[in-house]
Amino acid sequence: MTGQFYPAIIEGVQVATVLLAAPLLVGWVRALKCWSQGRSTAGLFQPYRDILRLFSKDIVLAENASWVFRAAPYVVFGATLMAGAIIPVISVKAPLAATADVIALVALFAIARFFTALAGMDAGTAFGGMGSSREMMVASLAEPALLMSVFTVSLVTRSTSITEMVRVLSTGPFVLRPSLAFAFLSFAIIAMAETGRVPVDNPSTHLELTMIHEAMILEYSGRHLALMEWAGMMKLFLFSSLAIALFFPWGIAGMGGWLAGTAGLAGLPAAFFFLALKLALAGVAIVFVETGLAKMRIFRVPEFLGTAFILATLGMLSYFMLE
Amino acid sequence: MENGFAAQITGVLAALILLTAFALLVQRRIYGLLHIFAWQGLFLSISAAVVGYSTGLRHLYISSALTLALKVFALPYILYVLIHRLKIQKEVEEVVNIPTTMLIGIALVIFSYHLTSPVRELSTLMTRSTLAVALATVMLGLLMMITRRNAVTQIIGFLSLENGLFFAATSATYGMPLVVELGVALDILIAAFIFGIFFFQIRTTFDSLDIKEMEKLKEED
Repeated sequence: MTGQFYPAIIEGVQVATVLLAAPLLVGWVRALKCWSQGRSTAGLFQPYRDILRLFSKDIVLAENASWVFRAAPYVVFGATLMAGAIIPVISVKAPLAATADVIALVALFAIARFFTALAGMDAGTAFGGMGSSREMMVASLAEPALLMSVFTVSLVTRSTSITEMVRVLSTGPFVLRPSLAFAFLSFAIIAMAETGRVPVDNPSTHLELTMIHEAMILEYSGRHLALMEWAGMMKLFLFSSLAIALFFPWGIAGMGGWLAGTAGLAGLPAAFFFLALKLALAGVAIVFVETGLAKMRIFRVPEFLGTAFILATLGMLSYFMLE
Repeated sequence: MENGFAAQITGVLAALILLTAFALLVQRRIYGLLHIFAWQGLFLSISAAVVGYSTGLRHLYISSALTLALKVFALPYILYVLIHRLKIQKEVEEVVNIPTTMLIGIALVIFSYHLTSPVRELSTLMTRSTLAVALATVMLGLLMMITRRNAVTQIIGFLSLENGLFFAATSATYGMPLVVELGVALDILIAAFIFGIFFFQIRTTFDSLDIKEMEKLKEED
């Protein structure tokens, strides 16, 4: 009986993981950052408390806000959750993963970003518009670089389907591939920009002139804000899991490799263990980068993302030249 | 299998050399340039040693050791002392439009890949695929000499070009004869001293190391 419902169960477990573990990852990053700066932390579970508090509050809507402003949080949350159902976070056997490849995944993130930017402009405040314009500038540079970096992995694995990419990478013989190293470097830079981390945007800023993401969601309150914040947390979680799936896929369940190779539900605990381990390490890496770098001037950002694009292109070229 | 793994390692080192060549193009600070140049020398030296180990050619060890001594320690040290004496360590160079330079760099890499692909078809050496990277490093060194205006950075571009030539020799023919290599190493060392003298001359005549000053040939204008 479990055999029949197995894919649905896996999909459910994965979506629940994305929903519930995303705030934990953010809490972990914040706690690490506090420790590294010698401050006391608010605890690993503060993001959950924040979300719960926001859900119980009333909504204040601007007088001239249109339906776009009200619909945007649901669209953004839905698109991000959909992306969470596609990326093989714990198992490659999730049925929805077959419905979309990596290009569609980038498009899903683009939809979420597009609606956030529209909502930022909808209320007609100066900060919202400024945040949207900056976000679009970052997006126009980050998206081609993201596609280039993902295409490099596609070239190596000869597929754009993420599950197929994960399968080829984790079951093939171990080969040193400079192209994947370049693609990973580029992906890491883009992920910092896409998730609004320090060199590009500051997630904890309250200084209006430096905000990008915060500026766009400044007008939101109550459950709308909760959904927007939660979607932001999921985006960090998903970019980390996508990096893990594309560049460090060992341990994702259902592949028949020597790690967590069991295809059934028995493979899940090991998959969870490896996911938690790798995400914890990803958090440490994020904090290292964030404490080591200062936020850039906005006009330096094109150069920074240009570097990511060049790295991705070099990855693609070194695939042709050296492999 | 042994050979295959060595080829993979040389591939990774070639990629790192290409990366350092690009890093040299975009780095603004002079000390940063020196560090990257030293790293490039280190990767070069390791790659020569790896090729020497997997092919059993002893003389490559000697050229690897020479590279290590000269390009990782001696030349960066000489340049460091020069920069210190000339008191230009704080200088941050205005580089003309970095994104454009990088795009030109990418075009050069594609060009050198295209140029070397017939050789790659003919060659049977383990290192044949790194020839494109070697040529690209030469081109990027040239590009750096064209786009930079400070005399010291131009010299670093020239030395990186020489690195590319050395790498080309390793990847195309498993290194030059030892006599030639010793000669080149000595030349480079002598060149570094002559550069030093020139820097001081340029400095006393023009009060700056910016080669734009040298375009003014007449006193009055």
